[in-house]
Amino acid sequence: MKLKGLVLALAMAFLVSACSTEPESVKIGAVLSATGPASFLGEPEKNTMQMLQEEINAKGGVLGKKLEIVIYDDETDVNKCVLAAKKLLDKDGVVAVAGPSVSGNTLAIIKFFEEAKIPLVSCAASEKIVTPVNAWVFNTPQLDRHAVTRIMLDAKAKGLNNIAIITVSNGFGQSGRAVLQELLPPNGFNLVADEVYGPKDTDMTAQLTKIKAAGADAIICWGTNPGPAVVARNRVQLGIDTPLYMSHGVASKKFIELAGPAAEGIMLPAGRLIVADQIPDDNPQKPLLLSYAKAYTEKYNAPVSTFGGHGWDSIKLIVEAINMGKSAKPADIRDNLEKIKGFVGTGGVFNYSPENHNGLDENAFVMVVIKDGDWKIMD
Amino acid sequence: MQGLKKDLLLTGAFLSALCLAPWVLPSGYYLTVLIMCCLNAMTVVGLNLLLGYAGQISLGHAAFYGLAAYTTAILTTTLGLPVALGMLAGVGLAALVAFVIGIPTLKLSGNYLAMATLGFGVIVYIFLNETVGLTGGPSGFTGIPRLNAAGLTLSSDRSYYYLTAAVLCAVVLLSLNLIRSRLGRALRALHTSEKAAQAVGIDIARYKLFIFVLSAAFAGAAGVLYAHYLTFIAPSSFGFLFSVELLVMVVLGGMASVWGSVTGAFFLTALPEFLRMFENVEIIIYGAILILCMMFLPRGLAGGVSSLAVRLRGRARPGEDDHAS
Amino acid sequence: MDSASLLQFLISGLTVGSTYGLTALGFTIIFNTTGIINFAQGEFVMLGGMLSVFFMRIAGLDEASAIVLAVAAVTLAGALIERFTIRPVKDASIINLIIITIGVSIFIRGLAMLAWGKDTFALPPFSGDAPIALFGAVVMPQSIWVLAISLLILSGLKAFFSGTIYGKGMLACAQDKKAAYLVGISVERMVLLSFMISGLVGAVGGAILAPITLTSFDVGVILGLKGFAACILGGLGNPFGAAAGGLILGVLESFGAGLLSSAYKDAFAFIILLLLLFVRPSGLFGTREAKRV
Repeated sequence: MKLKGLVLALAMAFLVSACSTEPESVKIGAVLSATGPASFLGEPEKNTMQMLQEEINAKGGVLGKKLEIVIYDDETDVNKCVLAAKKLLDKDGVVAVAGPSVSGNTLAIIKFFEEAKIPLVSCAASEKIVTPVNAWVFNTPQLDRHAVTRIMLDAKAKGLNNIAIITVSNGFGQSGRAVLQELLPPNGFNLVADEVYGPKDTDMTAQLTKIKAAGADAIICWGTNPGPAVVARNRVQLGIDTPLYMSHGVASKKFIELAGPAAEGIMLPAGRLIVADQIPDDNPQKPLLLSYAKAYTEKYNAPVSTFGGHGWDSIKLIVEAINMGKSAKPADIRDNLEKIKGFVGTGGVFNYSPENHNGLDENAFVMVVIKDGDWKIMD
Repeated sequence: MQGLKKDLLLTGAFLSALCLAPWVLPSGYYLTVLIMCCLNAMTVVGLNLLLGYAGQISLGHAAFYGLAAYTTAILTTTLGLPVALGMLAGVGLAALVAFVIGIPTLKLSGNYLAMATLGFGVIVYIFLNETVGLTGGPSGFTGIPRLNAAGLTLSSDRSYYYLTAAVLCAVVLLSLNLIRSRLGRALRALHTSEKAAQAVGIDIARYKLFIFVLSAAFAGAAGVLYAHYLTFIAPSSFGFLFSVELLVMVVLGGMASVWGSVTGAFFLTALPEFLRMFENVEIIIYGAILILCMMFLPRGLAGGVSSLAVRLRGRARPGEDDHAS
Repeated sequence: MDSASLLQFLISGLTVGSTYGLTALGFTIIFNTTGIINFAQGEFVMLGGMLSVFFMRIAGLDEASAIVLAVAAVTLAGALIERFTIRPVKDASIINLIIITIGVSIFIRGLAMLAWGKDTFALPPFSGDAPIALFGAVVMPQSIWVLAISLLILSGLKAFFSGTIYGKGMLACAQDKKAAYLVGISVERMVLLSFMISGLVGAVGGAILAPITLTSFDVGVILGLKGFAACILGGLGNPFGAAAGGLILGVLESFGAGLLSSAYKDAFAFIILLLLLFVRPSGLFGTREAKRV
């Protein structure tokens, strides 16, 4: 009886949701990893997009119509992501899609967008998404290449030549590892150790003991919470005082909280969002970063992260393209995205072109150091 | 012969229903859901032969699915071989690996067998994840070509769906036939009592191995079809959680019931799509549905349907229940 | 590789291994009484850690009372799970009951995600985080806590099973349910008790490990997997084997990462486990007759 009731309720809810359509709106889709291993990306992205939808509609919407953002959660799962993308394209009839949050999922759905001729503005960072350039696919995060370049500049200046890397064995770590392996040797660095840890590992002592024995001048760790926090803790426990660089993947307050005192002195390249109050007043990003951080913190009672910023950039870029061409036709949005120049976003200043669908360079990053439990811009 | 006729009729009806589905549900989204359902159903039918009939558990079938997918991906994309050849090689490799692994592994029983197959799955997953040069590593393998057999490219989702549905029906028919054969009877004997089966001269080890290899081949078939449908694969789709999910589909559908397996696979594959609107609560509802189904339908969805049928007919015909398959 | 590094690998392996061992112990208790592999065991460990964090932060308790409260809550959760999902269908086949525990684990994970979000949390270590030097290697005070409490739990369980009437009753259920019932043992109560003790052991593990391993709503999955592997490695049904299996698995991983390749360390541990099973089909310390045909 209980079961029957449940099934009935499900069926009803499904019918109701299937029937509600509002014609007079501009519909943008989003597939995000709001749950699952990459929820640290997807959740702030989702929150940001919902916030943007209210904000834009309060100011009169897009082209005089209501903006509607249809958000689906892919649970950080490739198959669910494909299904969600299909639903957006075939059933919801969106004019453009923002997301997915992770690179693998983005790569899995690219071809559907090519077939459907709908633009996709991904929140995932992999270079494979935008090289070679696919006419219908863009992305907003800074590339790993830019982050590594910033770290190398800093290490070179400090005379640190023997580098050990420790990367997480998921998509984020793999792509970082590939870039590190590619860029470090030709720029005069020796790669003295190349260690890997699993995304759910809770102890990296063995890897760090090996790195200690390899005689590195600096360690670069590429991962997202909680792994790097464990690396930071284990490093202090083992009494290693080799300088430690992290990736932009830990640029959230959560990392400092998890690593505790072990976070002190760790350096990383990060988007300006987390140090918005420290950047010079003449920086074009400053007003935007401060207002976004304030609005987000007030609405969700949670610290702002650069990841949510990728969501902001994706939606705003699509809306900008719609406004530029005064058209919400997918093909026009695509054409106008390529014409966007000097667009101030949370991740940096975007300059898209037919050859460049990422639009950022290494200036999107600043090097920050963790001091007294907070971020500090290095100079 | 009565059984064969009934099976042919049922499978034919099922195939027609599958073929009609795209007209009733015109959006491409439903097609994708149905393709995923068919692929999982293939694997689950094979796994049920192993679990429900041969009484051997496997928590490593995601690995066979993944191995086959990667084999055809590498052969057709990296080496540029024809897709049909890659698909055959994928299924072949899954079967071969099952054969090699099966010989020592199937000597174990119960939870130890579960662990051994689980361990095998984890090992395969790690190799898929770490041999970046070959597999593309955790961020996945891109650019797999679509199937083009006999000169025509099955590039549209609809034609690919018909292919998948046809393969599923072939798998179902083959399994139903197998169960009715001498081998099927031997398997049931084996499940009831290994010792007794051995005593009447059944070569237990060989039968177990045969079913293990066959179920791996079914998983492999699903794997190659998956790879060429999505044209993108990543190791995370073939982890141990997927193996567990397949096992849940078998039991939820109904042990030792081919149609139960099909039902279980379709139900659990499509369920998350219906629960999408519940967002964060989705996983809780999914867990609750799983618990309730297992508590109130101890013989699975197939068992539930057949007892309902019996009840509707107004008189108990216990003999009918066992024919649910 | 110098001896200090080797010692460091051993220490780190034992620390990680105790997380597996503690999870494995919980598996063993329920398995012994019911024959069920409880897939929600990892969730007990997760709840132990997350509830401790929750009681400390939200309710503002000190660490010790937060942990005691968390352990009590998880013990109660164990009882509720048995009462509402296992007892009503106690005559169902083992595989059905196992699938129910899978459902329970998904359900609990979902609740935890809804209640506490998807972030990772840390508990402060019990007695500071100043490392102790030992022949060139270092040991964290928390690791010593973990090893000591694990030993305490192990000996406590041993005393319980061999010295108390309840413990003996539970062992009797494991041997033969019908016979146990016939001699007047309340099988239902024993099963309930086994879920409660499992919850308790898992929660203690979760709470004492959280300062080292950090905790989040989804740590249970991997702990369940490794804990099950530890059980099998040591021989299913033997609490000592489960604990030893956990430690061995941890040490294998740590040496695999240190001496061979950190990328393949888990594969290395599982390959050894498989090879061992082929030679000894019922694990290292398995007491049961393996059905080898």
